[in-house]
Amino acid sequence: MTQRITLAVNGRSRDDVVDDALLLVDYLRDRLGLTGTKRGCDGGECGACTVLVDGEPRLSCLTLAASCEGRSVETIEAQQKEGRLSALQRAFHELLGAQCGYCTPGMVMAAEALLRRDPRPSEAQIREALSGNLCRCTGYVKIIEAVKAAASA
Amino acid sequence: MKLAGRGTPLVDGVEKVSGRARFTADLVVPGMLAGEILRSPHAHAQIVRIDTSRARALPGVRAVLTGEDCNVPYGVLPIAQNEYPLARERVRFWGEPVAAVAADDEKTARAALALIQVEYRTLPAYFSAQEALKPDAVLLHDDKKGNIEREVSHDFGDLEAGFKAADLVREAEFHYAEVTHAQMEPDAALAEYDPVRNRLTLQSVTQVPYYVHLTLAQCLGMQPADIRIIKPYVGGGFGHRTECLNIEIIAALLARAARGAVRVELSREQTFVLHHGRPETDVRLKIGLKKNGEITAVDAHCIQRGGAYASYGIITILYAGALLHALYRVPAARYRGLRVYSNTPPCGPQRGHGSVDMRHAFESLLESMGKELGLDSFALRRANLISPPYRTVNDLQVNSCGLPECLDKVEQASRWKERRGKLGRGRGLGMACSHYVSGAAKTVHWTGEPAATINLRLDFDGSVTLLTGAADIGQGSSTLLAMVVAEVLEIGLERIRVVAGDSALTPKDNGAFSSRISLMAGNAALQAAQALKQQLKADVSWDEAVRDALAKGGPITTRGTFYVPPELQGGKFRGGAVGPSPAYSYAAQVVEVAVDEETGEVKVEKVWVAHDCGFAINPLAVEGQIHGAVWMGMGQALGEATRYDAPHGLPANANFLDYRFPTMAESPPIEAYIVEARDPVGPFGAKEASEASLAGFLPALTAAIEEAVGVRLQDLPATPERILAELNKPKAKARATA
Repeated sequence: MTQRITLAVNGRSRDDVVDDALLLVDYLRDRLGLTGTKRGCDGGECGACTVLVDGEPRLSCLTLAASCEGRSVETIEAQQKEGRLSALQRAFHELLGAQCGYCTPGMVMAAEALLRRDPRPSEAQIREALSGNLCRCTGYVKIIEAVKAAASA
Repeated sequence: MKLAGRGTPLVDGVEKVSGRARFTADLVVPGMLAGEILRSPHAHAQIVRIDTSRARALPGVRAVLTGEDCNVPYGVLPIAQNEYPLARERVRFWGEPVAAVAADDEKTARAALALIQVEYRTLPAYFSAQEALKPDAVLLHDDKKGNIEREVSHDFGDLEAGFKAADLVREAEFHYAEVTHAQMEPDAALAEYDPVRNRLTLQSVTQVPYYVHLTLAQCLGMQPADIRIIKPYVGGGFGHRTECLNIEIIAALLARAARGAVRVELSREQTFVLHHGRPETDVRLKIGLKKNGEITAVDAHCIQRGGAYASYGIITILYAGALLHALYRVPAARYRGLRVYSNTPPCGPQRGHGSVDMRHAFESLLESMGKELGLDSFALRRANLISPPYRTVNDLQVNSCGLPECLDKVEQASRWKERRGKLGRGRGLGMACSHYVSGAAKTVHWTGEPAATINLRLDFDGSVTLLTGAADIGQGSSTLLAMVVAEVLEIGLERIRVVAGDSALTPKDNGAFSSRISLMAGNAALQAAQALKQQLKADVSWDEAVRDALAKGGPITTRGTFYVPPELQGGKFRGGAVGPSPAYSYAAQVVEVAVDEETGEVKVEKVWVAHDCGFAINPLAVEGQIHGAVWMGMGQALGEATRYDAPHGLPANANFLDYRFPTMAESPPIEAYIVEARDPVGPFGAKEASEASLAGFLPALTAAIEEAVGVRLQDLPATPERILAELNKPKAKARATA
């Protein structure tokens, strides 16, 4: 079965017909070409596909596109505004919060959700908020530094 | 120096943080087909019959392949090629590819897989080296008696005299679970075949595009010149992607059969099964020490459960013996290694290749013997330091060693002297050392070519294009190479554009493994930049120098190469090619833990680590590599272990919930110190930075646990269950044998 959905993706309104079973991650990547959102596991284990739905962090691999009817979806591609990297992106870049970069979009979006909720999080709060986002390169040390730096930017 | 030595963000970092970096699964070719693979449901079986007729008849199916379609075996070592991209006659592990389909979409491809009928006759399957070694075991490979892939027998120095000279001799046994890389990006490959010109382009997750190139030419029976390999952004590797992967060959075979483009994307479970990680390992080790802690002799036995095919097995079992040396002075050593075939996914190289488990055994036994002799952990290591230049008994040449300074750094930073033994019950400090090679002196495919080659192009726009086959897989090698060139030419990094890993453009490189790029490709970059500089007028602006140089003969291309000096290429004995390196890096670390005696849970509170990388061309990236290596060692030490359940060899935990590595909530602060014992061969003195810090974590952790709760672990990982079991044993059963 298919259904028609209207939603906003990165501030642009969309009107699409989607399969009931279509996952948000596939809708973003395959239909819209927003490949910044990554798939790293077989469902809900790694956080690489984290996006914001109405400002809340969501695993797009466990979210049906159809469930986003009337909602606002933000992906990593919306972080950069008017040609400028966001404070989080700049900090991840300058402080080496990204090595291979595969977990980075999900990590940045999860951190974005945290900073919107709490602009000055403690280290313990950062660790808790991002504990669902796995990284295999950094040991998380410089990711935590980057989030802290972005919070105080 | 202006740039080299300064922490520098990655030249491709903006792409990574903005989501614009394109990884293999992000690539789209109009009209591309979906490739799917049918896998063995048995750990060991004969393939009696495969019927693909119903799959072929399904609308939307464009190609169906089985083992019949490729009869050329492959494997990374020319002397041990016994794997086929699709199994022929026999399957040897659960999940081994048996057939493959290319179809208009994934759904159709999966439907086609369900229509393929395979009849199997099962065979006895072996999930441990001990079972596979039994005299009546069925052979996995008919030419490998006893299921032994390689038996290593190395004797250096006078062992008997060494043990005779010792004041204390102790022996212990250790066991290590198999672990896997679990890089965040699942495996994928995109193959495009041009049927008019008979040309193939493959983009994939590889660490070594060159090996993929060679293997595709071999398995597809194509001219290498008709193949182009492109490495897009790669989401980590850690050794998983060093050897050509079966899916890279399968994608290429499917694309040729379907006369189009085919993308194969693996699930996380399938990525686990592709494996090529660190083997399950048994070690029996005997060390002789003098009263002052000096090592007099080492006797090491190692058995590795290698999985179903050869892969890197010979190299791994050789590394475990070779790197007993070059960390400390070892005057005599015997090594016996057995690499055994089993009905589990093939093992391969994993960060710290071959050295990690043996290093844990060595440091652990050393530590317990030091205790008996009343020696402090640091004093014991200091009694065995190498003073370069030093040649080990197995012919490894050490020309720089910053281990003394590494020891000083972490001893002071952790306040070892004040705090060791005084943290109270349930808390402990432990330390250990480790080392690694900066690239293998001898290549797997010996051609006489340089170990690395870099091209630089200077054109009218004043930009320098750096062309390299060296694969940046997140470690920052492209940034490092650009920094070397910018340093020599005295220009800003923004003037340099790096093109890495496209066989149509970039010179051949042996890729990202054995931590070879900084030293080898770094030296080639240095030479290429010097060659370019010679053609540029000095003391004028860059723009004027470019105009002047081009006026003399147009755009310029220079070449830089690096050859490993003959005296650094090791000994002439069988197996002597594994271990020699132009330079060795060193690391020391202190780990602080808190152990909950009720639950057996270990919390790593903090790690202090010092790594001698010769010279940190990019200290920011060096720190990142040290953090990552220590943390990966922590994952292995605390919880990582693959599991295959009998009777079918089904992977029991091939996902991120059950194959547990630390999350951000469980990861400690890691204080990394860079030590720079400049090496005469390294570019600006640089050596490797990505691997040496890994192995030391494991023994430092178990030493800390012992101090905390009196339990000495000789089986890893240190799971709560294992710690509780040890805590419940009577003390008399302490397992270090006299």
